[in-house]
Amino acid sequence: MDHVTPSDYPSAELRSLDTLWFQVGGTVCNLACSHCFISCSPTNHTHEFMTLKQVETHLEDAVALGVKDYYFTGGEPFLNPEMEDILAATLRVGPATVLTNGLLLDSERCQRLGALAGSTEYSLDLRISIDGYSAEANDPIRGEGTFERILTGATRAAAAGLNPVMTVTEVHRDNVTSEGRQRFFETLRDRGIERPRLKILPVFQIGAETERSGAYESWQQLAKDDVPEDRWDHLQCSTSRMATDQGVWVCPILVNEPQGRMGQRLADTLDSFPLSHQACWTCHVHGVSCRT
Amino acid sequence: MSQRIPEDLQKKGLRRRANADVDKLTAHRGMATWGETLVPLGDFRQAVRKSGKELTSAERLVAVKDYLEASSDDTLIEGPFSKIIVFGGVYSNSFALHALLDEAQSRRPDAVYCLGDLGGFGPNPETIWPLLTESAVRSIQGNYEESLAGGRDDCNCGYADPRDNHFAEISYSYTARNCSSEFKRWMGGLPKRRRVRVGQRELLFIHGSPRRINEFLFFSSTSVPFLETLLDQERCDGILCTHTGLHWHRRLPSGRDVINVGVIGRPANDGRTEVWYSVLNDEGDRLSVEFLPLAYDYQSLASAMRREGLPDVFVETITSGWWTTCLEILPARERAASRF
Repeated sequence: MDHVTPSDYPSAELRSLDTLWFQVGGTVCNLACSHCFISCSPTNHTHEFMTLKQVETHLEDAVALGVKDYYFTGGEPFLNPEMEDILAATLRVGPATVLTNGLLLDSERCQRLGALAGSTEYSLDLRISIDGYSAEANDPIRGEGTFERILTGATRAAAAGLNPVMTVTEVHRDNVTSEGRQRFFETLRDRGIERPRLKILPVFQIGAETERSGAYESWQQLAKDDVPEDRWDHLQCSTSRMATDQGVWVCPILVNEPQGRMGQRLADTLDSFPLSHQACWTCHVHGVSCRT
Repeated sequence: MSQRIPEDLQKKGLRRRANADVDKLTAHRGMATWGETLVPLGDFRQAVRKSGKELTSAERLVAVKDYLEASSDDTLIEGPFSKIIVFGGVYSNSFALHALLDEAQSRRPDAVYCLGDLGGFGPNPETIWPLLTESAVRSIQGNYEESLAGGRDDCNCGYADPRDNHFAEISYSYTARNCSSEFKRWMGGLPKRRRVRVGQRELLFIHGSPRRINEFLFFSSTSVPFLETLLDQERCDGILCTHTGLHWHRRLPSGRDVINVGVIGRPANDGRTEVWYSVLNDEGDRLSVEFLPLAYDYQSLASAMRREGLPDVFVETITSGWWTTCLEILPARERAASRF
């Protein structure tokens, strides 16, 4: 692994910039989940909140490039005091999805978000993270008492007309079986969410997850000759970029790698990117898509 | 490739975490995570500043222009027509196709177009073939035709959810079993795009999107700047697509049109048993776009589906007008309008 250069790895072209991500909550979070792939916590300021002004600059660039949709993550996006203004600005130019832990979804906020969703022709999708269908499964990962608080937030969102997509990682094997999914749906229906929505994501063995489950093996890495038939169309980096307070990164996964930063503005980041990180291997093997 | 943690180890992890939690809350004071390592925040920021490019304003303009370069397309142009009927997604619904062709007889358009997905969902897929050829419907390939003709083992519908995919598999394996190789070969011979002139306007007909045969263009999840860019790149005055099952029309700020013509194979998740098709009329300086409901003998379709052993949940959609499957792909707004 010493003295590697980008040419040792296959390279993923940006085929079309369909999705623009915003690390709008930085790496600041009101939780410190044990599987967080970028180790977010209340004191992690690796990336800071983005300002409305920073987001607007990128939105302007994105409109010129024909971006199709926008995703917001963190950290916890709703810790950002400008988050609702940022969403309003975004929904003027395209659909928005927010990845949240649900803890800050109080009734007033849900009402405001519901009104915002009703005032635009684009979809406002909330994705709420949860790690199991019981407190016993969820709380050890996300924190004591979070299971109830997450479901309370999800229920308020649903009541305000924002039927959230509950997003689960494969941390627990139970989550991905059809019985596990059924239990999720039942749990959500019991809370009055009539049309429960669920999305399952693989776990990245980077960040806090390395302490929880062990890091990558050395063979879990893409080699120059690994180019599949469809090229890299299944990778997010072929259709998206990630903006943070410090510039534009190749993808949401690599924001803790300075080498993942491709430039200051979107126009600086339209080139291809070497798939040199081990997380690229996970994306390739699992065909990771953060889409609903 | 997540590492599965055995239950006993998970319990051990809990005890460790009690202390680890405190560490985690304070570990980043003045520090940043660089990969797996904590480094002083200043060092991370400095490395970030050195990484990537910073183009000049002039270079950025060139980069964007290169990125937006128009694609070339040597598809022959059909027409010009003054009135056409366009529909999508037959899904083996010969009853609706019969009704559509009757409508076409009375409305007398210059041409009738089908934007693909001939099979799936409904019964006896081969029955629609003579209807299409004898009435000279001009079709393009959808992902269904591409998959059946290419011998793929799935429909390549583009779903991401296991429940959506479960029902898509049932539809596809039934359809693949019940289509002759001649029919599949014919599907493979259909073009994947057509360019059609209606009055002064040149319209591009594709199945999903001009980029991907299975791309879902829903009204609420497809931005206007994205659509304007597609039209620029394709150098056309309008795009007609299907694939999502839901019809919509946007007249863009540029005055151009994007029309999802919907499907005639199953209802539009609106609680009505009718299905929808579109009629385009040249009105000189403007293009008129009309969506029309199509009533058909859905009870006979439901009986035929039952006879073929297709899932009850499929039949329920036909008789109720509400989707019961493949709902997870819907964006928030479209899902909010569903019953399930």
